[in-house]
Amino acid sequence: MKNQSTRSNIDWMVVSLYFVLVVLGWLNIYSSSLPLEETSIFDMSQIYGKQLLFILLSIPLIIMILSIDGKFFEKFASVFFIVSLLSLAGLFVFGKEIKGQANWYSFGSFSLQPAEFAKAATALALSKYMGDVQVNLSAYKYQFQALGIIFLPILLIIPHDPGSALIFSSMILVLYREGLPAWYLWTGFIAIILFILSLLFEPIYIVLAALLVTIAIFFKSRPMNRNVVLSSIVFVLISAFTFSVDYVFDNVFQQHHRDRFNILLGKEVDMRGIGYNINQSKIAIGSGGWTGKGFLEGTQTKGGFVPEQHTDYIFTTVGEEWGFTGSLIVIALFVALILRILYLAERQKTKFSRVYGYCVASILFIHFFINTAMVLGLFPTVGVPLPMFSYGGSGLLAFTILIFIFVKMDANKVNEW
Amino acid sequence: MRKVLLPTIIIVSALLILARLFYLQIVDESLKLKSDNNAIKIIYEYPERGYIYDRNGTLIVANQPSYDIMVTPKDVKNIDTLELCKLLNITKADFIRIVEKARVYSPRLPSVFLPQLNKREYAAFQEKQRKFQGFDIVKRSLRDYQTTAGSNIFGFITQVNEKKIESNSYYKSGDLIGQQGVEQEYENILRGIKGVKYRQRDKFNKDIGSYKDGKFDTIAVQGEDIKLTIDIALQEYGEELMKNKRGGIVAIEPSTGEILALVTAPSYDPSILVGRERSKNYTRLYNDSIAKPLFDRALLGEFPPGSPFKILTGLVALQEGVIDERTTFFCNHGFSYGRGRFMRCHGSGPHQLLNGISQSCNTYFANAFMRTIDKYKNPAQAVDIWSSHIKSFGLGDFMGYDLPTGKKGLIPSSKIYKRIYPNGGWRSTTIISNSIGQGEVLMTPIQLANMMAAVANEGTYFTPHIVKKIKDHRIDDKFLTRHKTSINPMYFKPVIEGLHAVYNGGTASALRIDGIEICGKTGTAENYSKINGKRTQLTDHSIFVAFAPKDNPKIAIAVLVENGYYGARNAGPMASLMIEKYLKGSISRKDLEVKIYSNDLQKEYAKYISGQPFGINGK
Repeated sequence: MKNQSTRSNIDWMVVSLYFVLVVLGWLNIYSSSLPLEETSIFDMSQIYGKQLLFILLSIPLIIMILSIDGKFFEKFASVFFIVSLLSLAGLFVFGKEIKGQANWYSFGSFSLQPAEFAKAATALALSKYMGDVQVNLSAYKYQFQALGIIFLPILLIIPHDPGSALIFSSMILVLYREGLPAWYLWTGFIAIILFILSLLFEPIYIVLAALLVTIAIFFKSRPMNRNVVLSSIVFVLISAFTFSVDYVFDNVFQQHHRDRFNILLGKEVDMRGIGYNINQSKIAIGSGGWTGKGFLEGTQTKGGFVPEQHTDYIFTTVGEEWGFTGSLIVIALFVALILRILYLAERQKTKFSRVYGYCVASILFIHFFINTAMVLGLFPTVGVPLPMFSYGGSGLLAFTILIFIFVKMDANKVNEW
Repeated sequence: MRKVLLPTIIIVSALLILARLFYLQIVDESLKLKSDNNAIKIIYEYPERGYIYDRNGTLIVANQPSYDIMVTPKDVKNIDTLELCKLLNITKADFIRIVEKARVYSPRLPSVFLPQLNKREYAAFQEKQRKFQGFDIVKRSLRDYQTTAGSNIFGFITQVNEKKIESNSYYKSGDLIGQQGVEQEYENILRGIKGVKYRQRDKFNKDIGSYKDGKFDTIAVQGEDIKLTIDIALQEYGEELMKNKRGGIVAIEPSTGEILALVTAPSYDPSILVGRERSKNYTRLYNDSIAKPLFDRALLGEFPPGSPFKILTGLVALQEGVIDERTTFFCNHGFSYGRGRFMRCHGSGPHQLLNGISQSCNTYFANAFMRTIDKYKNPAQAVDIWSSHIKSFGLGDFMGYDLPTGKKGLIPSSKIYKRIYPNGGWRSTTIISNSIGQGEVLMTPIQLANMMAAVANEGTYFTPHIVKKIKDHRIDDKFLTRHKTSINPMYFKPVIEGLHAVYNGGTASALRIDGIEICGKTGTAENYSKINGKRTQLTDHSIFVAFAPKDNPKIAIAVLVENGYYGARNAGPMASLMIEKYLKGSISRKDLEVKIYSNDLQKEYAKYISGQPFGINGK
């Protein structure tokens, strides 16, 4: 019996980690959004009440995903992908603006964030494409097509939600696992380094440094490997990139974007204006000490000092109330979940489910990393939620779908023989 | 190898995050202090605000102690509300409203419960304070004014508003801050820096000593005293003269740019904005939209300058070489310029510069202005050259003085006329009214006074300023820099002779003071107002500018009395009395003084709002 085998093959470790994180997340939302008066935990007018509703909703959703035939997701991957691309495009017309970003569709009292669901759809589409036997990432044609699947949603989303765009780009790591040449990653890595450097120093110094390095590499390498044309091209590209970063930063970025970088690079110290969020966030976490102030005892949390604490800054509650110990446990749980998914992905029998597992792991990882780094003042402020923790129905349900599709694929693998 | 990359990145990133967490949570101690920890209570120590003295060292603004009752909503437990209300003479509804408002600001931080108790109320409350948990007393200092004048100069202090609290972390709810005048401009110097003490408390709210042996505590820094450039006796006298009139007087010491008096009328006694009646009184002043006692006419009132502007018209014409001392224009009760347009003039006969000024001849200056503009082929270019000469006297812009309010006035340039006459066709005659200070030109009283200071100095001036000395440091260098006008100093001599002649046989010959050689100029400015939507001419503004003595001038002054009729009627005598008061210290011409005191313009102002038809200029 199929159902029987599915149930016994479910990876209970992933499922338990998922539920532990969801419950811990809710406890922190409860703490950060608890009003001063006594209320019921089911009070739907309160943030934590709504989140509890979403958690309860995710249970039938999980059961549904687990009982659907495993082939269903592969068959309909393209459909999901097209629907989410359309829903992202529709934001330009019908999008509702919440907190300055038109990321939402509004249905009466409910709002839906299509970008959250598009992550799972893109992961499915990429897996389906990679699952094709012909696809071989050593050929340019396939490289571009695979990258195209990732960049299509990015193009649609970057104008109103640069944070989510970053999430999608993490799937390039999956392509590397599947054979994408390493120089793609090197290029990306060097671009990031150059970006940061050109914000810190005048572009002309970076170009001079790049020239020295290029010449040094040129003469260090063996004469037969010396390629004047390639070296010059690389140097020209680096110079062009450096100057364009400088230009884009000064002329295309808006002031609040610039401020976010400047805070991080220590160029701004205005702790009441733009630096307020990040400063309050650091204070809340820093005041936690070894063991924290205890559940519902966080003074920064209770005082409402950290803006957006129940969404993007939920980790500050963990840091303040549970201290270093609690934060360590939460981080360990996330790492365990992500590594477990990677481990299961490597065990998959089909390329489709392996690629999908990798996508899930990268998406979870990039969320986790960017969110915690931002809260700790290591990354500029972008709207990236902490999976399972941050308040938000769309986010929670989308992560549930993302993870449990993989749980279903993994449970199904015995039947693939 | 490819399989290892992602797990490696994940583990390295997690370690990075943990390292950062370790640093923030375990290593960096300052964050723990910054967190509004339950166990630490912050006590602020408010320094006394700096005193304000006048230029002669007379104390004019001191302090008096005042006590605020603060409430921390979270700590309010088991108190007898009724007893508290009775003690402080408030209702239960007040109590609930104030505590609720405080809770909205912050349940954990203290907010003002009842501000500015006097000593008796304070004593009564202090006796029973231990019964009211969550209520504290904070001692602050309020202003204690030694004069009833100068409210527009001082400004006032008030509780800081929420916007300021958000934008400046120094201020906490209930703190006092200077608003308007010197109190605002020199807030950082006057207020000092409050001290902070961190006290540890146990969970029963009991003080258990200082936090970390006071490592983070700071001591309050006293506010610094300020010495103003104002002569308080002169200021008081100016306000006295201005009673029952509207307008402004500005007196400046030409050799330094120091403002000796800055009078606006109507005004108010600064002490009514102190204490618990402050808010009520302020609202009353604020709502008086007719007399506008909060509107500093000396700095903000933009008026057509009228005849005093002829001084500049003459100077520019001399500088541009289109007239000299001996140039003669013939006046026949006016000046006709093109197609039946005629500018009236009260005098007649041939005029040269000297009697042109002393008789205030419109014809003379209209001609001089026309020659200035017509010197250039293009009127736009000519107006811009003329305009930049005028602006070199600090006009048509904020002057940069150390008070927080101001108006630019208006010195027209070609841009303005291109906008008014988009099809061109404007020439010197089109804009001729500017020659006699009507037309587009607008000036504030302080600009008029500064213009006189520049004339007195024969072409240079210092940016006017109100602060002479701040306890131990020098005032801003920008007030010690001499500015040059674009007029050659040699052209001032004949103009000054003309201004001197105003008192000797000219329009102000009745206002001479024995022993003081004054140079002055009368002004009578036509002005209009909208009454019931209709542009209606009102009685002329009475204007007078002067400086004295003629040699080595000590005071330059501008007086403007709204709707005070001709210059020598109100403004002239007031300027002359102010000069006498400042230079001699006492008044010899008591009859003139009495005449000004009794000159009540309230009836004149009442006419305009009566809704009835009215005559102007004495008719």
